[in-house]
Amino acid sequence: MTPRIELRTSPHVVQGGSVEQIMLHVVLALLPIAAFSVWQYGLSALASLVTVTLACIGSERLFNRLAGKPGTLTDWSATITGLLLALSLPPAFPLWMGAVAGFVAIALGKALFGGIGYNVMNPALVGRAFVQAAFPVAITTWIPAFAPQRFSEFAPTTFTAPLMQPPDISAWAKQALDGFTGATPLASWKFDNVLTTPTDFLTGAVTASAGETSAILILLSGGYLAARGFLDWRIPAAILGSAALAALLFQWLDPARYPDPLFVLLSGGLMLGAVFMASDMATSPVTPKGVWIYGALIGVITVMIRYFGGLTEGVMYAILIGNALTPLIDQVTQPKLFGQTRGKRA
Amino acid sequence: MIPGRQQPTNLEEFLEGLWKQNPVFVMVLGLCPALAVTVSAVNALAMGAATTFVLLGSALLVSLLRNFIPREVRIATYIVIIATFVTIVDYLIAAISLTVYEALGPFIQLIVVNCMILGRAEAHSSKNPPLRALTNALGMGLGFSLGLLALGSVREIFGSGSLFGIALFGADFQPWVVMLLPPGGFFVLGAWLLLFNWWRARTPAALKAAEVQSHG
Repeated sequence: MTPRIELRTSPHVVQGGSVEQIMLHVVLALLPIAAFSVWQYGLSALASLVTVTLACIGSERLFNRLAGKPGTLTDWSATITGLLLALSLPPAFPLWMGAVAGFVAIALGKALFGGIGYNVMNPALVGRAFVQAAFPVAITTWIPAFAPQRFSEFAPTTFTAPLMQPPDISAWAKQALDGFTGATPLASWKFDNVLTTPTDFLTGAVTASAGETSAILILLSGGYLAARGFLDWRIPAAILGSAALAALLFQWLDPARYPDPLFVLLSGGLMLGAVFMASDMATSPVTPKGVWIYGALIGVITVMIRYFGGLTEGVMYAILIGNALTPLIDQVTQPKLFGQTRGKRA
Repeated sequence: MIPGRQQPTNLEEFLEGLWKQNPVFVMVLGLCPALAVTVSAVNALAMGAATTFVLLGSALLVSLLRNFIPREVRIATYIVIIATFVTIVDYLIAAISLTVYEALGPFIQLIVVNCMILGRAEAHSSKNPPLRALTNALGMGLGFSLGLLALGSVREIFGSGSLFGIALFGADFQPWVVMLLPPGGFFVLGAWLLLFNWWRARTPAALKAAEVQSHG
């Protein structure tokens, strides 16, 4: 951006990018990740992505109507929520549950607080937390990546009738890919002490949520957004850095028990969460110091939940906790005003 | 009695709790049992009935004794009266159905500290003759039961796929576990409050008219 001189009162620094522009770029940045996910998991992932996104857009429209507000569909924010939510769900998640998650994400996560910019927590994570609590079995049912027939048939769970239980998937998954255990890298580390190799992570040959595995694509997309100024690079940097440091510390304490930092960074939803979810502008701090505290908190809590919690993955709750603490962090990290003396705050 | 204000009729007294000042939806009182035991419609009804019984008993006794209770110790007196009826209902439910008794757990005893009951004793029974106090208490009790039933049915339908224990969706139903957990109680209560307030706010003109009437 070239600095301009304007003959008017402050503010003089003009930053480009309306809400619509920023959001559109985030959608564009998410598309390669979504495409990779479809390539990995096939038709089921595609159906899930489309359904969840449509559920979010439909709910957004419904609540705008009920509130008598002008439509906010053109700002793309509901699309982002939908895409992120679908990418954070298992690829063969029953479509009706995905639609419930999308509706809850917009209703409880966004519309309740007054719409875009007023939400306290990331809407996509609110939706995911709801279905995690409501359908704990379905949300931990995984399908193998790169199954040979992934473009010719859907996973049996995808088209579960609404309100009904998804069928047992283990037989189908075994026949789809020999030796498939249905455990995510984090679960196999936690319960069987088996580490997935970095090569498997980078090629995407792991069992995971739809958009979790493409670490390179996520970093590239995030880098693009950060370079355009649409994303605060300090948030992902702080989260990934603090998670790596915490992992390093634990590995130094007991190398036999705790995995290496690279595994911690690549496994689960840490990359996706750090780059796209925690960096949501409305739900992260605005002060320079606060951003680092916020990121470090999320990174450390994630590692703590993974190592000591009952769940295998903790990114979602870590970010939600970070979101909840954002107003407090902003308050205690207010920068000093010009002319202000120590200990005297306005 | 506020001077110039008309004495409400018995019907108004009864309807006050049932609808206009519904304990759950309007006054938002007695939320501890409303959130804790409403995982099924049966539990909700049992809790509603127990509360109504205590409400009626304490309203009658407080109203009869209203001229003898010293002002300084009135709260303690109300609590003793309420606790008496809670003890009765506690043994009654244990005798009638042990399953319901176990499902409701400590929340039967906790009716003692239900703010709605103490609030009624303080705000209504202690200022009105027995019949009027009973009418009001009955309305309040039924209104509370209605609120609990509204919560309990929704939570049972989503959480267990049944209503009053009768399965609605067949064996393949996927229970929404969260609805049986405490967060589910808050979600459903919030949704009902939203619906109720939205419905009340739809006719502001009618509300205004009612306001003018009651104050005029």
